[in-house]
Amino acid sequence: MPLTRLRDRLSVALAGAGLLLSGCAHPSVGSDRDDPTEPATLTFWHGWSTPGEMKAINDSVTRFEKRHRNITVKVVPNVTDETMNQALRAGGDDAPDVVSSFTTNNVGQYCSSGMWADLDPFLAKTGVVKEKVFPKTLLDYTSYRGKQCALPLLADSYGLYYNKDAFKEAGITRPPRTMSELKRDAVALTRRTKDGSYRRVGFMPDFRLYQNSPDRLFAQWEPRYFDAHGKSRLAKDPSTRQFLTFQRDLIEAQGGYGPLERFRTTFGDEMSSQNAFLTQKVAMHLDGEWRGLMLRQAKAPFGWDTAPMPVPDDRADTYGKGYLTGTVIGIAHSSTHQNAAWELVKFLTTDTDQVVRFANAIHNVPSTKAALKSPELDADPTFRTFLRIAQNPRSVALPPSANGGQYVTALQDFSYDVEAGRVPDIGKGLRALDAQIDADTLQSEN
Amino acid sequence: MATTTTAPAPAPALRRKRARERLRLLGFLSPWLVGFSVFFGYPLLATGYFSVMHYNQIEPPEFVGLRNWRYVLTQMPLFGPALWNTLWLVVVMVALRVVFGLGIGLLVTKLKTGVGFFRTAFYLPYLAPPVAATVAFVFLLNPGTGPVNEILGTLGIPAPSWFNDPAWAKPSLVMLSLWGIGDLMVIFMAALLDVPKEQYEAAELDGAGAWGRFRYVTWPSITPIVLFAVVTGVVQTMQYYTQALVAGKLASGVSIGPGTVIQPGYPDHSTLTVPQLVYSLGFQNFNTGAACVLSLVLFVIAMAVTTLLMRKRAGLLPAED
Repeated sequence: MPLTRLRDRLSVALAGAGLLLSGCAHPSVGSDRDDPTEPATLTFWHGWSTPGEMKAINDSVTRFEKRHRNITVKVVPNVTDETMNQALRAGGDDAPDVVSSFTTNNVGQYCSSGMWADLDPFLAKTGVVKEKVFPKTLLDYTSYRGKQCALPLLADSYGLYYNKDAFKEAGITRPPRTMSELKRDAVALTRRTKDGSYRRVGFMPDFRLYQNSPDRLFAQWEPRYFDAHGKSRLAKDPSTRQFLTFQRDLIEAQGGYGPLERFRTTFGDEMSSQNAFLTQKVAMHLDGEWRGLMLRQAKAPFGWDTAPMPVPDDRADTYGKGYLTGTVIGIAHSSTHQNAAWELVKFLTTDTDQVVRFANAIHNVPSTKAALKSPELDADPTFRTFLRIAQNPRSVALPPSANGGQYVTALQDFSYDVEAGRVPDIGKGLRALDAQIDADTLQSEN
Repeated sequence: MATTTTAPAPAPALRRKRARERLRLLGFLSPWLVGFSVFFGYPLLATGYFSVMHYNQIEPPEFVGLRNWRYVLTQMPLFGPALWNTLWLVVVMVALRVVFGLGIGLLVTKLKTGVGFFRTAFYLPYLAPPVAATVAFVFLLNPGTGPVNEILGTLGIPAPSWFNDPAWAKPSLVMLSLWGIGDLMVIFMAALLDVPKEQYEAAELDGAGAWGRFRYVTWPSITPIVLFAVVTGVVQTMQYYTQALVAGKLASGVSIGPGTVIQPGYPDHSTLTVPQLVYSLGFQNFNTGAACVLSLVLFVIAMAVTTLLMRKRAGLLPAED
């Protein structure tokens, strides 16, 4: 075959292959031109899975359907972010119209990729002034670079659960308020068996335990993860080193990483009756507001109470703050019923009565200013602690990033190494971590 | 005087006959050709294409040259551990599986009584679903509550932390794979039973002992099967995913809910394999370009190892093969 003919055929084949490949890569596109008063069926994906949670969300949807007789909602429970991410990319007839996620980590990715529709036009055309409805921190973690592609659907705040009986036995009269007090009390509460292993640890600091992700404890230092240009600045922030050094100290004070990790392997599943706080293997524990409901339902055989997490000693005046996150909800870019979908999103996120009833039902923090002040909210003082943390102006949420929670994962990996004593030079390690986060961010952008 | 002649051009009828012949052959080959094109050719082409594109699976792909390659090979800290772990498993796990499978195969072919029972007993674990088998192993080897460490403790033997110790995590996975050796045992057993008995009798008459009979009779007969086991073992281990992911996730004790992402590799990335990293990059971070780069790297390594083994095959096989 002559060379020119071969070249021509090869060019055509490559061009065809390129068209085929890029054609396969195009996402489906939705529409916001539907009439929300016309009959429509919406598919709503969420992550709740326990019977109590499912009943609460199904009851919420029933209330919505009674108000909007023309809209039917098909509810799909127990959907992970991974599944949702993949489904929204794949598109198709079964893709959801309304989506919710248990984490705020991916909001930046949802907004920057256009996978979740921008809600500002919907807010504007239905006269909802978001700044009046939602607390600022919650609006921050549901938007990215000015694009409000999600809204908060209840919030989670993190505080300290403590065993009052163990405190009494150790002669401790109140929960710790500073990190020094946390370390001192943790040591005083630790009990060992005759063979030297643990019977109870005062505060199990290992970052892999249940909700102990490093970003949650780090929130007490009020870190700024990124500079104005979006570059990682963990090495530049002195609080990062203070936080990691404190973690090492806390581990050493209670016996060291190896023995603590070995003890951790004896803990049962977080969501079971073998939860280590419930079985009194830990006396103090970092956790979210929902744990109180679980402790009550399990009839914990000891007295317990809640308090804000301690703060660094040099910021003692900021005691009362904590880590904030929450469930977020949005509209899939591929939905062809975006106006009808907005009606559901608006009802679930802005209707005060709905937000309060849902918050009480699943023991979460309500996510609107009006609901947070509602007299109808659960009056349990152990729950009220978390409402105060949620309203504290110094409480901290993670900043959204274009590559989702990848920077949190990088911080987690680094923190695991630090707590295990595998990072001799934390400063050098943090500089490498910054470089890695920046490389990951660049890689996720065009 | 020299004369030159040129071959006459084939007659039109002959050309048509040849074309029909080609079409007929293609027709016979078409099931394979279609399968190969759809399930291998196109994915390979697409992987190459996306390896030089920025593509988050939602926006149209954009050409970025070698940026994905640079990112994976120089800026991604997990690439090194993942590649090392995969190669470690390829070398250690495949070698031990072949040796162990052959050993068990020899044992069950030599048994005089209880043959059926032992063959079944050794084969059954292979039928256990990988996830269930891994869950059971992690439970048995739990350093805090597992029965294995309790027994070791009672006997006064220092108990390792198995899946919770970076030094022991991969060996624990190897133990899990040796437990499910039933597939190789059956293959080797069939090969061993296929060796002509007369050859053993002749060797015995020549004064060969047990080792001599194995070295000069058994081994030459089963070498093709050993090579088959090694090559398929290498390819399978290059794709090692489920057991490592489940073991790492369970042993880490990290709670998994709808808002959490499973980070593979616990403890300290010691169980992170390249396929896990490919999934993580491609379907958790939607960094399709980097995932395709890793897939191509894995493909090249698998091809190189397989080619090397196939070339060695000639030297290992008996002369008449």
